[in-house]
Amino acid sequence: MQKIIDFIIKNKTLLLFLILFSIGMGLTIQNHSYHKSKFINSSSTITGKIFNFRSQISEYFNLRKENKILTEELRIFKQNEFNVKTTNKQMKPYRDTTYFVKSGSVIKNSYSKKDNYLLINKGEKDSIKTDFGVFNAKGVLGIIDYTTSNFSRVLSILNSKSRINVALNYSNHIGSLVWNGKSYRYAQIEDMSKFAPIKIGDTIITGGQSSIFPKGILIGTVTSFATADNKDNYDIEIELCNDMSNLGHVYIVEKTNKKEIDSLLIDLNEE
Amino acid sequence: MKNETLNNIIRFIGLFLLQVVIFNNINFLGYINPYLYILFVALYPILSNRNYFLVISFIFGLLLDIAMDSGGIHSSCCVIIAFSRPLLLRFCFGHNYSYQITSIESTDTIKRIIYCILILIIQHLIMFSFEFFSIYKIDLILLNTLYSGIFSILLTTLGIIIFTRDN
Repeated sequence: MQKIIDFIIKNKTLLLFLILFSIGMGLTIQNHSYHKSKFINSSSTITGKIFNFRSQISEYFNLRKENKILTEELRIFKQNEFNVKTTNKQMKPYRDTTYFVKSGSVIKNSYSKKDNYLLINKGEKDSIKTDFGVFNAKGVLGIIDYTTSNFSRVLSILNSKSRINVALNYSNHIGSLVWNGKSYRYAQIEDMSKFAPIKIGDTIITGGQSSIFPKGILIGTVTSFATADNKDNYDIEIELCNDMSNLGHVYIVEKTNKKEIDSLLIDLNEE
Repeated sequence: MKNETLNNIIRFIGLFLLQVVIFNNINFLGYINPYLYILFVALYPILSNRNYFLVISFIFGLLLDIAMDSGGIHSSCCVIIAFSRPLLLRFCFGHNYSYQITSIESTDTIKRIIYCILILIIQHLIMFSFEFFSIYKIDLILLNTLYSGIFSILLTTLGIIIFTRDN
């Protein structure tokens, strides 16, 4: 007993180092292996406030660009509105409330690491929950993976853990969007069938098959594609429509019948 | 002694805010950022309790991890550097460094620059290895270490040269 205590006293620095290092390694491994790292994240109050303060200053420098994006988006809406042929004026427009869209803005953005997260200034107080989709005028940004009362963290599409259901614009062939961690302007698509009629320059949009995003939000354009040997799938490289290095206002989309869809899928899996 | 504690607290808060608010948003050529927070560990007073030093370094790294959404990368990195610092000090300032120098600031400029460069290189290598966490991505790890390392070393050397008082 005396010897054990002596040993501990003698090597207390080494033991302390080993304890602290294993805590650090544990957190790292947990962050790498699980889809959601709950303990350590930037949506806590103090860091959220620091990033909020910083973005309040820096957003003034982007006002001109932000205005341009907004007018461009309005232009598209106007164009669509004028080109809709109203054959029967008595007919009331059919409204579907499958999707609720809320607005917010990015207060912390990162795109140079292997696993990138965004922080937005809306949280549980604004009834934001996990697994809501986030996009802006130019395309998809990511999925909310953790919320606190005032802030929420978004798993960016530039993250090795991100997988989003995508489809070709003119056919219903689906695949999933992943990122290899190299350049923030390009992403990859996996599991796209070899029979898909794909061409360079084709537009990629969100597929309606996920219970997160509505169908038809822009993602990017195909820059190259190839079939791997003895595989039935294409490896596709796409250029993202969004400039991930400069994000301002975003939209958060909630699919109201998500629970219903998920319960159906669970039933299918269990059978 | 009091002055030294105050200096340490200022360095703790200052380097944390600099790293999180400014250095992480430089993104030179799209992805190159300097990581200078480890200078807090490097410049910590030499004649102090090693256990306190380890715990403070761990807390410093953990705060950075919380702000940067990086799991435990920076805390493990800070703890490794803090634990192996006596070895590095001995390598750079001679075997009897603890009798000869009282603080890092009072040492020879060239020796100080070499010491900081050594710590920065080791820290970048450990940090990127933990970030990618796969032996198959060794090319990306080395490339990132090289680019970010050069950036950090340039900034540190400039900082040391500018803020050194001529005696």
